[in-house]
Amino acid sequence: MAIVYKRPHALTDEVFHYCPGCTHGIIHRLIAETIDELEIEGCTVGIAPVGCAVRAYDFFSCDMVQAAHGRAPAVATGLKRARPENIIFTYQGDGDLAAIGMAETVHAATRGENITVIFVNNAIYGMTGGQMAPTSLPGQVTQTTPYGRDTNSAGYPIRVCELLSTLDGVALAQRVTVDSVRNVRIAKKAIKKAFENQIKGLGFSIVEVVSSCPTNWGMAPNDALKWLQDNMLPYYPLGVYKDISEGGENK
Amino acid sequence: MAEKVLMKGNEALAEAAICAGCRHFFGYPITPQTELAAYMAKKMPKIGGTYLQAESELAAINMVLGASAAGVRAMTSSSSPGISLKTEGISYLAGCDLPALIINVQRGGPGLGGIQPSQSDYWQATKATGHGDFQILVFAPSTIQEMVDLVFLAFDLGDKYRMPAMILLDGMLGQMMEPVVLPEAGKTVVPDRPWAADGHKNKRPHNIINSLYLDPLKLEQTNIERFKRYEKIKGTEQRCEELHTEDADIIIVAYGASSRVCRNAVAAARAQGIKAGMIRPITLWPFPVDTIQKRLVSAKAFLTVEMSMGQMVDDVRLAVNGAKPVHFFGRTGGIIPSPPEVLEQIELINGGI
Ligand SMILES: Cc1ncc(C[n+]2csc(CCOP(=O)(O)OP(=O)(O)O)c2C)c(N)n1
Ligand code: SF4
Repeated sequence: MAIVYKRPHALTDEVFHYCPGCTHGIIHRLIAETIDELEIEGCTVGIAPVGCAVRAYDFFSCDMVQAAHGRAPAVATGLKRARPENIIFTYQGDGDLAAIGMAETVHAATRGENITVIFVNNAIYGMTGGQMAPTSLPGQVTQTTPYGRDTNSAGYPIRVCELLSTLDGVALAQRVTVDSVRNVRIAKKAIKKAFENQIKGLGFSIVEVVSSCPTNWGMAPNDALKWLQDNMLPYYPLGVYKDISEGGENK
Repeated sequence: MAEKVLMKGNEALAEAAICAGCRHFFGYPITPQTELAAYMAKKMPKIGGTYLQAESELAAINMVLGASAAGVRAMTSSSSPGISLKTEGISYLAGCDLPALIINVQRGGPGLGGIQPSQSDYWQATKATGHGDFQILVFAPSTIQEMVDLVFLAFDLGDKYRMPAMILLDGMLGQMMEPVVLPEAGKTVVPDRPWAADGHKNKRPHNIINSLYLDPLKLEQTNIERFKRYEKIKGTEQRCEELHTEDADIIIVAYGASSRVCRNAVAAARAQGIKAGMIRPITLWPFPVDTIQKRLVSAKAFLTVEMSMGQMVDDVRLAVNGAKPVHFFGRTGGIIPSPPEVLEQIELINGGI
């Protein structure tokens, strides 16, 4: 009998520690499938963030490094400069990438650091129990914005792909989501392109995945996806913000 | 035999690191370490190395961590305020058991302080280069030749014990020129790093570089194992220079720039018939406790001289442990004590013993 679906080799046998209905697991799988398809597990080094995905080092079969909160792009820079032949990816949440690590993100991007960044935007700090993230929506209730995010005092959310797409060093900035089979397919293609760009030496590639956090949003998994569609996607439009690759939208 | 060349301290450090096989430098500009980074920027591209000006010291030290995780010799240099930012990364390096070389060309503090030479980061370097239970190797050169030699030793011992190493100097030593002999390039062998995250090439299980242990018992055990290594280092790696200590009544303890001043003060005291000597720590961690304790019987008093409000004096007191009086003299804020000032202290103590 032909096997049509199996666990990617690039995922270990470790059971995910993510909450039921959390989209981190889907995104892990898409990265692992990509690593398998491109046959790069032996030369890939992944970087785990501080956030719910901190234990990513247990889940991916390639070599892994755990970075300080927000510093994954700097650690990736060191790994890549030391071994340019290796494929380096970071996996980061919105607090990690767009708050404490914003400087590292912007500067790795503007240097055109030849790395791949998978950015999980779930509009909340998951691991620490649901505080406001730089991507929390106006009015969004979190532990630290109990009356809703008031833009007068807490400011506005950051649209990372739009921001980074202005930088010359960026090869790919694409926003995707994983709320449906169709969108999972698009996300997979984007992630694969972000790795292929690195193989081709095109520069900094980031895929932002609009994600859900049922636990800290206080919703059932399905309701969380519905909330994502109704509230996050209008604020964070899906699409390609920059793509300098062959056939890309702006070369 | 390699020839003698005249070099500035900061540049000698850079050249020595290159000779020791370091090809990855990550930094952020700050006075008074400027010449070191500038030298790297000039040299690295010519020898296939990396010089990268990071967006901050936070980024620079984490780049060092990445490069070290990938298995190469990597370093950064900074001065006091910048080292404060690097402490995050140094703690992670220690927690991940990664070697790396950090150079601190100290200036006055706290805060923005000043840009003149200082030794006021002793506590930071030896007690708390970051959060958590850990130590790093700390070396304190007092001549430019010694800076060169200690760069090699710092890299080698960092590799041997899988831990970060710091060379702690100050703006005076960094800016000063002296003749040095550089070891021939290729002399050092950078050891294999089978633990590195450099791609498993489908030949071994994946390597993980990590400092997170969610199970407190495992974290405790890891720290206990690491401290066993520290104990071994304390037993074998203490280094210091002794000057006229055998018959000395008064023993000065001083390192780096202030030890150069004290050397003159000891000579002046001897010329007056005062039996003064000096213990000059070369390793600040591990602190040369054994040598100080060896001199406890013959010495009548100790005098610690620092360019700070008194930091190393704590370690001298711990080593002396009440057996003899321990005095302190310091200038701070960027002021270098003068030999007559130190001599005056020696005379005062001599009058009282
Ligand atoms: C320097 C530092 N500050 C704060 C923390 C605490 N902390 C852990 S995870 C986290 C937020 C992570 O949120 P995010 O990046 O959005 O990832 P998620 O957990 O939502 O996947 C914070 C603030 C830390 N570990 N280190
Ligand atoms: S807290 Fe949120 S982001 Fe974290 S695992 Fe649970 S659902 Fe996912």
